Amino acid sequence: MAEMKGKAWKFGDDIDTDVIIPARYLSTSEPEELAKYCMVDADPHFFNKVNKGDIMVARKNFGCGSSREHAPLSIKAAGVSCVIADSFARIFYRNSINIGLPILECADAAEKISQGDTVFVDLKKGVIKNETTGETFYASPFPEFMQEIIDAGGLIDYVKKKLIEEK
Amino acid sequence: MGMTVVEKILANHGEKETVEPGELVKARVDLILGNDITAPVAIREFKKIGIKKVFDPERVVLVPDHFTPNKDIASAEQAKIMKEFAREQEITNYFEVGRMGIEHALLPERGLTLPGEIIIGADSHTCTYGALGALATGIGSTDMAAAMALGETWFKVPSTIKFVYRGELNQWVSGKDLILFTIGEIGVDGALYQAMEFTGPVIRKLSMDSRLTMSNMAIEAGAKAGIIEPDEITYAYLEGRAQRNYRGMFSDGDAGYSQIIEYDVGEIEPQVAFPHLPENSRGIKDVGEVPLDQVVIGSCTNGRLEDLRIAARILEGKKVHPRVRLIVIPGTQKIYQQALKEGLIDIFIEAEGAVSTPTCGPCLGGHMGVLAKGERSLATTNRNFVGRMGHPESEVYLCNPAVAAASAVTGQISSPEEVS
Repeated sequence: MAEMKGKAWKFGDDIDTDVIIPARYLSTSEPEELAKYCMVDADPHFFNKVNKGDIMVARKNFGCGSSREHAPLSIKAAGVSCVIADSFARIFYRNSINIGLPILECADAAEKISQGDTVFVDLKKGVIKNETTGETFYASPFPEFMQEIIDAGGLIDYVKKKLIEEK
Repeated sequence: MGMTVVEKILANHGEKETVEPGELVKARVDLILGNDITAPVAIREFKKIGIKKVFDPERVVLVPDHFTPNKDIASAEQAKIMKEFAREQEITNYFEVGRMGIEHALLPERGLTLPGEIIIGADSHTCTYGALGALATGIGSTDMAAAMALGETWFKVPSTIKFVYRGELNQWVSGKDLILFTIGEIGVDGALYQAMEFTGPVIRKLSMDSRLTMSNMAIEAGAKAGIIEPDEITYAYLEGRAQRNYRGMFSDGDAGYSQIIEYDVGEIEPQVAFPHLPENSRGIKDVGEVPLDQVVIGSCTNGRLEDLRIAARILEGKKVHPRVRLIVIPGTQKIYQQALKEGLIDIFIEAEGAVSTPTCGPCLGGHMGVLAKGERSLATTNRNFVGRMGHPESEVYLCNPAVAAASAVTGQISSPEEVS
C-alpha cells in the first residue's frame, strides 16, 4: 500500500518501546494480542480509539529503548498505517522496515501536524499532506536498498527471493 | 584518511578495503544472539524462509533469561519454543536455567564475544560486547531470523563520536557513573545512528566489569555501538576463555570522527538518573530527599562480581532499612557461586536482602521485583522509562552498586559516604 489517509495521533519526544508495548504484555508474540496494549501507558484507551488507517505522529527518537519487534508489530496490528516522526531510534527503524510498517522521517510534518488532523501520505513519493490545514511536507526518501526490502514485502520475503535467485 | 575501529571491523567483515560513514555494507556476522522474548518471534520468521538449518549452529546463542525461571504459563510456552528450536537445530550455545546467566553477563564470561568480531543480538543491550573491542549491536527478531539463515546482515556504516576520559576517578565512581554522566551530557539521542568510542587514560585503567557496564548503556544514548579498543586488560580477561581465534582492531591515528568529546573525570561524582529517562542524571550531592520502597542490585549492566563486591563492602554488618526491599541478582551462575565462596551472599542475607537466581526479571518489570502504583525503586539497571519496572505510576532511579547498597541501608537515595 503506497498511499494512506487517516486521523493523526500525536505523541511527544523519546517515546520508548516500554511505552509502545510494556514488557508485561510480552509473554505473547501474537500481533492481534499485542495490538490491544499498544501505547497503553501513554493512553490507556488508544487501541479502542484508533481506527484502521490512522497515522501516528511523534517527535524525536521515536521507539528508543528495547529491540522488541513487538513494538512495531503492535502498532501495525492496531491498525496504524504509517508513523511520522522527527527521528527514529535505529533498531525500531530497522524493525519497522523489516516487518512492513511504513515510517517516515520528517521533522517539519511531525512538528506542524496536530492531534486529530486528517493526514494523507504518498509513501513512494515521500509526500505528506495535512488535509486539515492544507500544508504539504516532503519526507527524506528511503535508501534504495531499503526500498527493495519494502518492495519485496519485508525482510523475510526479501531473503526468500534472494535464496531462490542464488539457486 | 584512516578508519575508526568500527569502520575497520565493518570493512573487514564486508570484504572491503575501506568503508565510509553512511555507506551500506553487507557483512558476515560472527555470532547471533536471541532470548526468550525475541527468539520465539525470530524462530517463527526463520521458519517462513523455508530453509531447514541455521547457517552455523555454533554461532547462534540462545539464552532464556528475561522471564525465566518461567514466570507464568505464557512465558513457559515462549521459552519452550526456543528450547525445542535449539534441540532441533543442534545449537551448542543454548543455556538452560541452572547453566544460564543474564545474556550480556554470560556471553563474555564464556569467551563467546571477542575483539574484532561482529556480534548481533535480538536484544538492545547487545552493545555490551563493545567493551571487548567487538562491533556488537542490537537488532530485531526478523533481522535475527534472516541472519540465522544467511550468516550475514546489512549495516549502515555509522560515524563515530570519540569520548576521551582523563583525570583521576573520585571515590565510589565507576563505569556506571561515567556512562550516566555521558548520557546526561549528550542526551538519549545524542549518539543516534552513530557509534561511541570510549578511550583515554581512565578507560585504559578501567576494569573489564566497569567497561562492560559502559558499553552496555551506549544504546541509552541511541548509539549503534559503544566500543573500547582491546588492550592488556582485555587480553588478560580473554586468557583461557576465548572460544575462537580473534584479531583485535584499532582506530587509525588519522581516523575521522564526527565529534571528539573530552571529560575530566575528577568533576564526576556518583550519578543518579531520575525518572523517566537515563539522561536525567545528576551528581549524588544534588539528589535531595528521595525515599525508597525497593533497591535492585543486578542486571546486564551491574550484576557482575565487581558490582557485588562493592555492594557487599557497604552492606557488611548493616541492615536494610525496614521500609525497603533489597533484591540482589548475580548476573550468572558462576558469579553467584564465586560470590558465595567470597562470603558476599552471606553479607546480603545477613543484611536482610533477598538474593535471586540470575534473571533479567525486575529490570523490565517482568517478575522478581515488580513495582506497585506509586512505588519507587533505585536500581543498578539501565532504564527508568515510564512503567519500566511495573505500574505506569511507579518510579525508577538509576545508579551504581555502591549508591544502591548505601541507599538500601538509609531508606533513601544516599551517598556511600553516609554509611561507610
